[in-house]
Amino acid sequence: MSHTRRQDRHEAGQGADGEAMAGKHRRVAIVLSAVAVGMIVMAYAAVPLYRIFCQTTGYGGTPKIASNNDVKVIDRTIEVRLDANVAPGLAWRFRPKQASVTVRLGETVMVHYEATNFGSTTTRGTASYNVAPDSAGAYFNKIACFCFTEQKLDPGQSVDMPVTFFVDPALIEDRDTNQLPVITLSYTFHAMDKPAAADAAASQKQPRGAAVQRSPG
Amino acid sequence: MGSAAHAAHDHHDHPTGLKRWLFSTNHKDIGTMYLIFAMIGGLVGGILSIGMRLELQEPGMQIFSNPHMFNVFVTAHGIIMVFFMVMPATMGGFGNWFVPLMIGAPDMAFPRMNNISFWLLPVAFVLLILSLFVEGPPGMNGIGGGWTLYPPLATTGQPGPAMDFGILSMHIAGASSILGAINFITTIFNMRAPGMTLHKMPLFAWAVLVTAFLLLLSLPVFAGAITMMLTDRNFGTTFFTASGGGDPLLYQHLFWFFAHPEVYILILPGFGIVSHIVSTFSRKPIFGYLGMAYAMVAIGLVGFIVWAHHMYTTGINVNTQAYFVFATMVIAVPTGVKIFSWIATMWGGSIEFRLPMIWAIGFIFLFTVGGVTGVMLANAGVDRALHDTYYVVAHFHYVLSLGAVFSIFAGYYYWFPKMTGYMYSEFWGRLHFWLSFVGANVLFFPQHFLGLAGMPRRYADYPDGFAFWNAISSYGSYITALGTICFFIGIFVALARKQRVGENPWGVGATTLEWTLPSPPPFHQYETLPKIEATKHH
Repeated sequence: MSHTRRQDRHEAGQGADGEAMAGKHRRVAIVLSAVAVGMIVMAYAAVPLYRIFCQTTGYGGTPKIASNNDVKVIDRTIEVRLDANVAPGLAWRFRPKQASVTVRLGETVMVHYEATNFGSTTTRGTASYNVAPDSAGAYFNKIACFCFTEQKLDPGQSVDMPVTFFVDPALIEDRDTNQLPVITLSYTFHAMDKPAAADAAASQKQPRGAAVQRSPG
Repeated sequence: MGSAAHAAHDHHDHPTGLKRWLFSTNHKDIGTMYLIFAMIGGLVGGILSIGMRLELQEPGMQIFSNPHMFNVFVTAHGIIMVFFMVMPATMGGFGNWFVPLMIGAPDMAFPRMNNISFWLLPVAFVLLILSLFVEGPPGMNGIGGGWTLYPPLATTGQPGPAMDFGILSMHIAGASSILGAINFITTIFNMRAPGMTLHKMPLFAWAVLVTAFLLLLSLPVFAGAITMMLTDRNFGTTFFTASGGGDPLLYQHLFWFFAHPEVYILILPGFGIVSHIVSTFSRKPIFGYLGMAYAMVAIGLVGFIVWAHHMYTTGINVNTQAYFVFATMVIAVPTGVKIFSWIATMWGGSIEFRLPMIWAIGFIFLFTVGGVTGVMLANAGVDRALHDTYYVVAHFHYVLSLGAVFSIFAGYYYWFPKMTGYMYSEFWGRLHFWLSFVGANVLFFPQHFLGLAGMPRRYADYPDGFAFWNAISSYGSYITALGTICFFIGIFVALARKQRVGENPWGVGATTLEWTLPSPPPFHQYETLPKIEATKHH
């Protein structure tokens, strides 16, 4: 019913061009649909792009990962405070062995955390991490960290968890960070043993460069 | 084109009763349904807001049993007013009705897709209403996260199915708008009457074209973001969950990449409507036509690169903030072009203060107030203090509740005679205007003071110090509600009185093509396409 009416109208409105007009409409609609689908793809592409962006720029306090330290040590110190948290759902105690260390810029330092499983079963956890303030992320380089891999603790087991890092001396050339007296290095351990559905996805997707969870502004 | 011929044609080709509406492929019927839908949406959203003002009239808990239920009202009010009131009215209602008429087209390019676009909306609306009655956070009903739906509150914070209903509702409303946008762009690109180049096209059609592109580019991103949230909630993905390597802040970036253009989606069609009204009742062509058209294009383009001004307090660095401050303030330039062009159109004109004109002038004034507070909030330093306070609430209600809504009512009274063939009720219309104007200002202006004093948004209760201006604000909302009642009375009075109007009740100032057709226009128009001569201007 509506079809014939539309055809009528096309014939009335556009004369013999009705068919050509329909083709013209279709072409525009196909292009526009492609744009819409493209934008959905872009939204998903934003997920890895955002992660790469954070890792390369230190955006949002994402520390950098370095394979070795090849920067020069300079005669300027900064305090690094160590922070440790455990997300709900994991029966671990997790704390730094020292509250803070004062390091020279460029110097490779190892600090230690300690985790203890006080639950009655073997549990696995991974740590998300970032540094505060966010602007320090680009200069905080980790060489080795327990947070790069999954950790597994038997009931009652305590494990020493070292972190090796250095603070890039380039920090003093950035006007956002050159007055910085202290950087806070923060970890949060999350349970890996979740309900079955979550488990498959979680093991597939190792945490990388996660920023500390913020409450919505 | 003889109307007798139309009548004869209509007689045999005019579906009636339920079929006419349910299966409608007629842009005017679909436009009418959109307008009625917007009225229903506005009524529901308005009643929710009255509930909020009743609660906030005094400190302490008044009518809600718990603060979560208050937040459910806030959330539903926001979502309904954006997706089920303003968008259906401006794009769906006036866009469908008048874009084909103004550009000299017989109908939309895809009439049946138009039908789908409309009928998806009630489905989306029902899903959202259902979300109010199913579990959100443990032991409580509804979505209480605000229309922004930020995780983790929207993911782990509210595990119940209410949020899933809300997400599905947004998916469907989004699909409806994307289909509508494709339809509008195709219609405007392919179906303009012979001689009507883009640079001769009426400004409302320009506004709808720019808006359709904004919808097409921004809504899919929102759809993607809420789909990620849906899978985070139900299928174990961790796009926004820190424990799996995701980042809740990413949602905010995706959301505001959509939601900032969204606020222009809400206001741009209003810009178009107001341009026609100001020109009509000043009896002058619009001042700076091309500047007006490209100002809308500029607002649309720049609107995509300013989103993080909603996120100044999320820890983005100083240089990034500086960029977003600058880019945001740049938008004030094309917006200023529009405001001053409206004033310049009125300047030296033969102004008639007919009902649509006073709504349009009200719009210009109130939108400017909202624009100025917007420039204030664009400053990252100022925003640090005002973020998520009632100052922000006052700002966006001045541009939306007083801006966009006033432009909708301006358009409604301007085109009511064209759509129905009857004159509106002058008395009820003017009462509607003055009650709305006074009420909305009493309602929202004190919220600036509350915001500057530090009252945060989305709380059901507040310290006694905020009591005075909250009470005033609540009284304002009741006055506005009276105005809305006058609006509905006005509809019934006008339709009952049946005072017929001719093709063009506004005189020589109304130059666009819809005024060359009978009122109401025939079921099918432009069987002979109008020709636009080279000299004739929009």
